[in-house]
Amino acid sequence: MPYITAVSRLHHALTGAVAVLAVSAAMASSAAAQQAGPDAIINIGSLYEPQNLDNTAGAGQGVSEAFNGNVYEALFRLADSGEVEPVLSESYEASEDGLTYTFKLREGVTFHSGDPLTAADVKFSIERVMAPESKSSRRNSLSTIANIETPDDKTVVITLKQRSISLPYNLSYVWIVNDAAKELTSSADGTGPYRLENWRRGTSLTLTPSDNYWGEAPRNGGVVFTYFTEATAQNNALLTGAIDIIPSVQSPDSLAMFEGNPQFTVTEGVSTTKELLAYNDRVEPFSNVKVRKALARAIDKKRLLASIWGEHGTLIGSFVPPTDPWYVDLTGVDAYDPDSARQLLEEAGLKDGFSFSLDTPNYDPHPLVAQFIQNELGKIGVKVDINLITSNEWYTKIYQAQDFQATLQEHVNHRDIVFYGNPNFYWGYDNPQVVELIASAEASATVDEQVEKLTEANKIIAEDAASNWLYLYPQIVVSSAKVSGYPVNGLNSQFFAYTIEKSR
Amino acid sequence: MILVLSLAIAAAVLFVLLRLLPGDPANALVSVGADPEQIAAARRQVGSDLPLVQQFFQFVSSLARFDLGTSFVSRTSVAADIADRLTVTVPLTLMAFALAVVISVPLGIIAAVKADRWYGAAISVVSQLGIAVPVFWVGILLVALFAVNLRIFPSGGFPASGWADPAAALRALALPTLTIAIVMGASMLRYVRSATQDVVDSDYLRTARALGSGFAEALARHGLRNGAVPVISILGIELATTFLGAVVVERVFTLPGLGSMLLLGIEQRDYPNVQGVLLVTTLVVLVVGFLTDIIQRLVDPRLRYSRRGDGK
Repeated sequence: MPYITAVSRLHHALTGAVAVLAVSAAMASSAAAQQAGPDAIINIGSLYEPQNLDNTAGAGQGVSEAFNGNVYEALFRLADSGEVEPVLSESYEASEDGLTYTFKLREGVTFHSGDPLTAADVKFSIERVMAPESKSSRRNSLSTIANIETPDDKTVVITLKQRSISLPYNLSYVWIVNDAAKELTSSADGTGPYRLENWRRGTSLTLTPSDNYWGEAPRNGGVVFTYFTEATAQNNALLTGAIDIIPSVQSPDSLAMFEGNPQFTVTEGVSTTKELLAYNDRVEPFSNVKVRKALARAIDKKRLLASIWGEHGTLIGSFVPPTDPWYVDLTGVDAYDPDSARQLLEEAGLKDGFSFSLDTPNYDPHPLVAQFIQNELGKIGVKVDINLITSNEWYTKIYQAQDFQATLQEHVNHRDIVFYGNPNFYWGYDNPQVVELIASAEASATVDEQVEKLTEANKIIAEDAASNWLYLYPQIVVSSAKVSGYPVNGLNSQFFAYTIEKSR
Repeated sequence: MILVLSLAIAAAVLFVLLRLLPGDPANALVSVGADPEQIAAARRQVGSDLPLVQQFFQFVSSLARFDLGTSFVSRTSVAADIADRLTVTVPLTLMAFALAVVISVPLGIIAAVKADRWYGAAISVVSQLGIAVPVFWVGILLVALFAVNLRIFPSGGFPASGWADPAAALRALALPTLTIAIVMGASMLRYVRSATQDVVDSDYLRTARALGSGFAEALARHGLRNGAVPVISILGIELATTFLGAVVVERVFTLPGLGSMLLLGIEQRDYPNVQGVLLVTTLVVLVVGFLTDIIQRLVDPRLRYSRRGDGK
């Protein structure tokens, strides 16, 4: 990114040189000060514009950021702490066998259109996610649901085919929408603290506090999500006060502009985004555990993380981030050790090394990571051919056709270890013990039992070096120093805006 | 007739080229975790499971009904989205074009007429520089200076209310307009200068002066009109190029114009959007070319007579 550096250099040069500018800068900040207090509009700058406004119609992660908890609420919420909290479900009861859940809905809740929340809306909303034409990536997790009944307006009874300990958690993804709403791809009708005011495609999405919200009113006068296509423009907007906050910084180079500057606050939370070198575990030589372990030991991940993110980010020894309840520190398994890597390759009968093609998505940080890997593996005699592909091609070639040797990908979701329990998943990891542990964990009677089983599965995938887990992205929020009260962990790309305040 | 034929050919070429790109529009709708059943449903929805020939006939038949279709990804009408984005790209292009003409025509004439003076030479050198610099670089410099440091103009974006607040919309377009005008003005200046030089060196200008006109009078009466003919055709090409080149500038300044719609459409393989934008741009280029032709004939009577003589 040579021009970013050039701009910041130019920026410093100009800042020093022109004294008159201070006057205009002061004028700009006094204009901004009038925007403070409980009626202040919070301007959020994001790189993820929703593709449409319906999370069952392929809206992408941007709609979770803008709408989860803000415009739409669910029966439960995944709080920024990682806890699952009740929202529209006032209370619930599970039957002894764990197959029937009875939810009591909160009283006095209305949609932005004025319609009251009823059990029928909840049934409609859940079935919408389960429908065959639903694009929701979470559709599968609701497949245990056999039937949904609504004995009265405020009661929802869900019957399961088998126990599903994560049901409340899974329901935190299911927006409760008005069953009378005709069209949700470009308009919205939820129960959240904000209603959708305006969406200007390619520019911004404006949310205004809802007059009939059942809960505590937002601590600001509304939120505008402004969308950018590249980080430089986003940073400039924050520097010039056009936006107040960047919920998730994606360009490590830009942090230098904000760190140590008293006008800005840089906060590092915990993310759930994992950078992966995923092998096709079905094909030679990656079907051999020794080869996978050798490659895991040959890459100095500490240096890789530092070269991309500097001081930020975390090393992980498996697919599980510290915010998942089944996290254990597994960085010691297959730690960096090029000598033993060479020895493992020799044991695997690949003394002279081998070569493979690495399908690399063409956006940051993957091309950089690929070069680093190429260099590291070269030292143990493994030749890497980097093949750049677009994100769209990735889905066709790797995700669907599974026609690849190895690939890089960022996996964003919380609690997604379940992918290792699906032998048909793109990476083709197939260990019957793990499949069984992950399936039976979901059927656990208690959370403790679930955590115990998934922790066990977590340890096995690490020992098997099922994939090469390079690092956990940092979750960095940068804001104007005047703004506070925002979530810092951004789990599952959510960004609850109602507690954000802007001071003078 | 030629216009319609050109459009039809453009449409067919577009259709084929887009399908040659690897990828599938359905991929923009799914994410990691989607099962094969969902992916199949997404492909059915966007029609990428149909044979190419069938997709082509659907495309042609809707075009014949002037129907640009519905976006695969956002599910909005392509025509409506284009109309919305034209409210950014058209004013941007026209303002930049006007500014570039205002800068380049007088400076180009000065550079030609006063080539022996220091300022004539200086104009030529600076314009050379303007041609060499890529447009995104000019944009980044202007942002660093006028937005980040001087805080006079916003660094990018467009007001959510659009032209309902004309002052805010104009402020948002100020730096992008200047960026395009600088780059376009530099190359137009070169053309104006060389056209003027030809005129200055011409026999008819010498004759006019021999008949007693002053240099300025001769240039204004005979020179400008003659020099205008090649310049107009260049201006036409420049205008069309600017319209197409808005892609880069809109990206630098995060403007919701036609260019950003095209880029996003290509990334997502959102064929209806890409086809719609490219057809509209093709149409604009053809219409601008047509208008340039007409203006040239109005300015130069010789063109009118010679074309008629061809029997066209």
